[in-house]
Amino acid sequence: MSANPARVTDSAALALQRVGQDGVVLKLTGNWCVGAHPPAPAAVESKLRELRDVRQLRYDASAVTDWDSALLSFLLRVGASAGAAKVAVDVSGLPSGVQQLLKLATAVPERKGARRSAQVPPWLERVGKDAQAFWRGSQDMIAFIGEAALSFGRLVRGQARFRRADLMILIQDCGAQALGIVSLISVLVGLILAFVGSVQLRQFGAQIFVANLVGIATAREMGALMTAIIMAGRTGAAFAAQLGTMEVNEETDALKTFGFSPIDFLVMPRMLALIIMMPVLCLYADLLGIIGGGIVGVTILDISLVQYVNQTIGALSITDFAVGLVKSAVFGVLIALAGCLRGMQCGRSASAVGAAATSAVVTAIVMLVVMDGLFSVLLDILKI
Amino acid sequence: MMTTPQSTGNGAAITIRKLDMAYGDFVIQKNLDFTIRRGDIFIIMGGSGCGKSTLLRHLVGLKEPARGQVLYGGTDSLWEVGEDERQAILRGVGVLYQKGALWSSLTLAENIAMPIEAYTDLSAQDARELASLKLSLVGLNGFEDYYPSEISGGMQKRAGLARAMALDPDILFFDEPSAGLDPISSKLLDDLILQLRDSLGATVVVVTHELASIFAIGTNSVFLDPDTKTMIAEGDPKKLLAESKDPKVRDFLTRGTGGKPQ
Repeated sequence: MSANPARVTDSAALALQRVGQDGVVLKLTGNWCVGAHPPAPAAVESKLRELRDVRQLRYDASAVTDWDSALLSFLLRVGASAGAAKVAVDVSGLPSGVQQLLKLATAVPERKGARRSAQVPPWLERVGKDAQAFWRGSQDMIAFIGEAALSFGRLVRGQARFRRADLMILIQDCGAQALGIVSLISVLVGLILAFVGSVQLRQFGAQIFVANLVGIATAREMGALMTAIIMAGRTGAAFAAQLGTMEVNEETDALKTFGFSPIDFLVMPRMLALIIMMPVLCLYADLLGIIGGGIVGVTILDISLVQYVNQTIGALSITDFAVGLVKSAVFGVLIALAGCLRGMQCGRSASAVGAAATSAVVTAIVMLVVMDGLFSVLLDILKI
Repeated sequence: MMTTPQSTGNGAAITIRKLDMAYGDFVIQKNLDFTIRRGDIFIIMGGSGCGKSTLLRHLVGLKEPARGQVLYGGTDSLWEVGEDERQAILRGVGVLYQKGALWSSLTLAENIAMPIEAYTDLSAQDARELASLKLSLVGLNGFEDYYPSEISGGMQKRAGLARAMALDPDILFFDEPSAGLDPISSKLLDDLILQLRDSLGATVVVVTHELASIFAIGTNSVFLDPDTKTMIAEGDPKKLLAESKDPKVRDFLTRGTGGKPQ
């Protein structure tokens, strides 16, 4: 659009001249490009308001060296305020390109009601809307849990249809491939527990009980919970993203039109994979957590390895492990539910997939912690 | 816009009665009333955002109407016959989605063989052979073991068509078949649709706004209008072009040139 590229450094300027009885000429000069910071239209607008007897506005752009959208937006503003002041505008003095673009920009009048108001709705309205959304969300969740339960019934009766190969891949993905991160976190949690415990227990010369502390805390609580949180972040988010992408690509619709229930076909194998693999991972995490505690016990607290092992074996019963394993299977169901629910609720855009993955992790972790609390109360009542 | 009395006879593949479509409180289209006859290539047309694809979702049972009925064979209302019956009706339907919608974790052959294995007692080997046949019908022989992400968009669409034909459906639905295809591929797809209709005797329902396709293959149509939120024309698209008095329909069918009765 450059009229004279050699002189693009001329700065833009404008001058308003009276001509005849009721006319003005707006003379534009120099470089009217975005980068050259041309003058703002406000000066012209206020001038137009002052000159009440002006009825015609003519442009003279013969000395404009270069222009781009900056000139257009300037002219649109001036044109609009001239229109408001009932001043007729003559654009014939503008470059022909500018004239055509101005015509384009003003060809379609603004659609009524299309502009969104930036106004924030009142506080009470927002609270109400959020409450309604929360209620709908809870209904969706309950409906989904119900559907999943029905589907599980079909699965038990051997009527649910999904591909065995899918299940195997999922089992590999939420089992073997998670071992690395589970190992790292479990050992570290074991170490931390032992350190925290040793500081207190050493005051009484009871360091040896660090083995009890680490063993019981890991087997009953930390093994299951930490594994679940890792899997929520790792696998739950992946489930939501997978199912969300399938929703976006209409793959879920294609399943439905072929009479494959997406719950049977997509949710069940994921839930099964987690129910099967979570207790296994949890047992593995228990072992590594205890090893982590043992490292601290042996190296820092001067407990001998045999002593530590004996103390741990004495402190733990099979019930402690069973509690952890049952918990982890339930946590597996929750992670699969949260991931699949958010995935199936996914909207039809790329950003919706990201939101679904985030929401799946948040939902899963909230459900995990609440469920763990319920377990604690229940186990206390049952005296297990 | 009267309901033809033949809607209970053998001429009707799908009859739409007083159908209202809505997302929550937001009405998309209301009072739709038309019949898709057997052997028709029925075009659902209209500007962007008028609810064409939503109508297709209603026709194939993915969405329940806010009001009104979708009658298959002129008599069986999709949402009143019960779950099992509905599944049985929909088994006679094939859908080609806008983006192909192939299952991305399966190869092309597996995509097509999966419904075959599920609904027939063919062995896995036979199902795969049938899948190869369907792929060769759409010009994709040799691509059995490719994953959907490894082939081009046009090929994905054709593979989607092969999958839509997996169960030899009586009615084939196409959601914007030419979207994202170059003019030649889009013409080839049109020819393919015509050939399939003639050789399989299927009824074809196409959602599109591609004028070339509309005139090339359409034998009947409805025109949905987003402003009045209902259908404003019905009939053979070529006839509509010649005879319709409605300026909106004329504008659409002539790409806005010479459509205005000035």
